[in-house]
Amino acid sequence: MERLSLNDNPANAQQQQQQRNPQQQQQFQQQNALGPAGQMPTSGPPQLPPQMFTTAAQLLDLTDKKLVLVLRDGRKLIGVLRSWDQFANLVLQDTIERIYAGNLYADVPRGIFLVRGENVLLLGEVDLDREDDIPPSVRQASFEEVFELKKKEDAQRKNSDKKRHTELSALGFEPEHSGEILF
Amino acid sequence: MLFFSFFKTLTNQTVTIELKNDIRIRGILKSVDQYLNIKLDDVEVLDLDKYPHLSSVKNMFIRGSVVRYVMLPRSEVDVGLLEDATRREAANQVGKAR
Repeated sequence: MERLSLNDNPANAQQQQQQRNPQQQQQFQQQNALGPAGQMPTSGPPQLPPQMFTTAAQLLDLTDKKLVLVLRDGRKLIGVLRSWDQFANLVLQDTIERIYAGNLYADVPRGIFLVRGENVLLLGEVDLDREDDIPPSVRQASFEEVFELKKKEDAQRKNSDKKRHTELSALGFEPEHSGEILF
Repeated sequence: MLFFSFFKTLTNQTVTIELKNDIRIRGILKSVDQYLNIKLDDVEVLDLDKYPHLSSVKNMFIRGSVVRYVMLPRSEVDVGLLEDATRREAANQVGKAR
């Protein structure tokens, strides 16, 4: 695992592991027969192979796909998943950040992202047939316009969060996910 | 590990997941892992108007640490069995602690 470069396919990493785990060798061989970009078997429970229920198996399906990544700080990144590990640390290529505010959005090209797993909220595979169907409730605008609006919205939210926090703690409640900002 | 095993028995059921940021997502549970990260297929986001960035998403990987609730189909949960398993697990934990 240590000697892998970003260009290596995660499937190769499993191949290396397989040499260290002879008893699992056969199972991995079955999986690798599907090819690095092959779909994991998604049907046929209840008797699923155990590796189906690992972080790696879940992320293997999403590798080299166009994804929406939502971070804990509310950022939405759209890019191609190229690499990952068991903590859901991720590498995204050709990433754009899509900023939403009110009923507007703007795209900012960002490039390559390496995201630490703890900051990941969710990871969604974009349906390429539907990706251009932007909901009628939002429309694209210039970055400056959206950014200004977002700054205002964020300030407003910060204010109301702070107010709620003080009211709750006066009543002896610890606010949910205290100290952690979630959007 | 009990709830990991429990969720494994629920694969291919339709579940609704509420995240800690109030997003609710309904989909078919495809996979779960030791951290209770969840993989959903055929997702449908409730109150989609508020979350336009999820409009063209077909399947989803949700990090276990951001899940608040998982709502399950009542008919698929054997409450008695789950209670027994929970007691057994608790007894095991006590045994280990001694």
